[in-house]
Amino acid sequence: MIQMFNVSKTYSNGVKALLDVSVRIQKGSFVFLVGPSGAGKSTFIKLLFREERPSGGQIIFNGRSLIRMRDKDVPHLRRQMGVVFQDFRLLPKKTVFENVAFAMEVVEGPVKKIRQRVPQVLDMVGLGSKANLYPHQLSGGEQQRVSIARAIVNDPMLIIADEPTGNLDPETAKEIMDLLLDINRRGTTIIMATHARDIVDSMRQRVIAIEGGRVVRDEERGSYEKEKDTET
Amino acid sequence: MKIRTVAYIFREAFRSMWQNSWMSIASVSTVAVSLLILGLSLVLVMNSNHLADTIESELEIAVFMQTDADAREVQRVGERIGNHDKVSEVIFVPKEEGLANMRRTLGDQSDYFRALGNENPLPDMYRVKASNPNDVAPLASELEGISSVEKVRYGHGVVEQILSLTYWVRMGGIAVMGLIGAAAVFLISTTIRLTVFARQKEITIMKYVGATNWFIRWPFLLEGMFLGFFGSVIAVSFLFFTYTNVITYVQSYIPFVPLRSDTDFLVTISQILLATGVFIGALGSTISLRKFLKV
Repeated sequence: MIQMFNVSKTYSNGVKALLDVSVRIQKGSFVFLVGPSGAGKSTFIKLLFREERPSGGQIIFNGRSLIRMRDKDVPHLRRQMGVVFQDFRLLPKKTVFENVAFAMEVVEGPVKKIRQRVPQVLDMVGLGSKANLYPHQLSGGEQQRVSIARAIVNDPMLIIADEPTGNLDPETAKEIMDLLLDINRRGTTIIMATHARDIVDSMRQRVIAIEGGRVVRDEERGSYEKEKDTET
Repeated sequence: MKIRTVAYIFREAFRSMWQNSWMSIASVSTVAVSLLILGLSLVLVMNSNHLADTIESELEIAVFMQTDADAREVQRVGERIGNHDKVSEVIFVPKEEGLANMRRTLGDQSDYFRALGNENPLPDMYRVKASNPNDVAPLASELEGISSVEKVRYGHGVVEQILSLTYWVRMGGIAVMGLIGAAAVFLISTTIRLTVFARQKEITIMKYVGATNWFIRWPFLLEGMFLGFFGSVIAVSFLFFTYTNVITYVQSYIPFVPLRSDTDFLVTISQILLATGVFIGALGSTISLRKFLKV
């Protein structure tokens, strides 16, 4: 589903964030993106999200080149992706229901479908009873569940999670990982950038390690991937 | 665009105007003041143009013959003036008629003429109308050159003064309007910037879930346009009210001053002001959106 060929990114201030990265991610896979801060994980995510364009190389998402894609098509690309952040990024003045519905409203989803789909997704993340509460009335783990619900409400093919457990205690983090794994089992591809070694080790999924802008390790634990770029 | 989306855009625009109410009031007032100045200078310029036109079209050249010119000579000059291609009308005023006119004008004081005996001190005269008001000055000096013409007079000075007044009113109006207009654009762009900042989080999320750029931009653009529109509505109503009062006053006390009182005139000015207001608003928000809303 995602193919990166010799992708490099040099920012206008001269920082070389990624160097010659080639990666192939299959539909339905669960991929951890690990590496120290500043190694290039965020750039990797931004490139997938078409927030940045690479300086060189090619990125194909779902058969389409992100390099050649026109700016006006970017919103439609992003509707196929859901994004989850470390700091949740919920709107404090909206209820749980409204926060999730917001993602459907701004892509001009029909009202009927919103009323039907939002409760369904809230049930799935285990917040069916808290639809009318505001974010500040929820625990960190619950807030992250809301943001996951918001990410999946438009049925994306891919979830990009940037340190989703970074602000959570280990117990809550595990619950969030179970939820993500559950979503992954339903067929959604998940790419998760993380620093949490224990989570990565316990989950035994594919791991792409980035250091100094290069892929230094790409280990396959599952059985989805056909091809390897192993380099240790 | 779906109707629901349009409703959403309007709702968001009004919501943020309400949330930044003080900035909104400041922007609306600045737009109102700048448009009021624009409106007033338009009223003045259009009226003085109208005045200049009226006076010019009534402008006559008085051509006085030399007192010793004989009747044949006077007639020859009259024909020559009548054949001139810049002249639309020539009226001959013989000296007897001129004297009668003057007696009538002076009324009781016509006794002065008795002191002169039966001599008529006045020369024969032609009243000449130019076909084009702009030709009055050159035509007058040309006629003055004809032999046996004593002198030529016309209302020169008046028209020039009105036109130069119009010029300065226009220039002054443009300068002041430009300055205050720039302030209005700046204030609106600040208001919109505040809204953008206040909703930065929302905008980020909208971008991430795939809202189109125009979906994100429209509420801000509309907010700016409404601020400009409200400002111009205030300016228009104020101008309308003031001008109709001024017209009534002027027409009852100094009726000979020709002012434009037709509704077409006010409607034109209102349209100009409303369009300018909306434009100022759109310009202000566009500036802010370009600078602060990276979508």
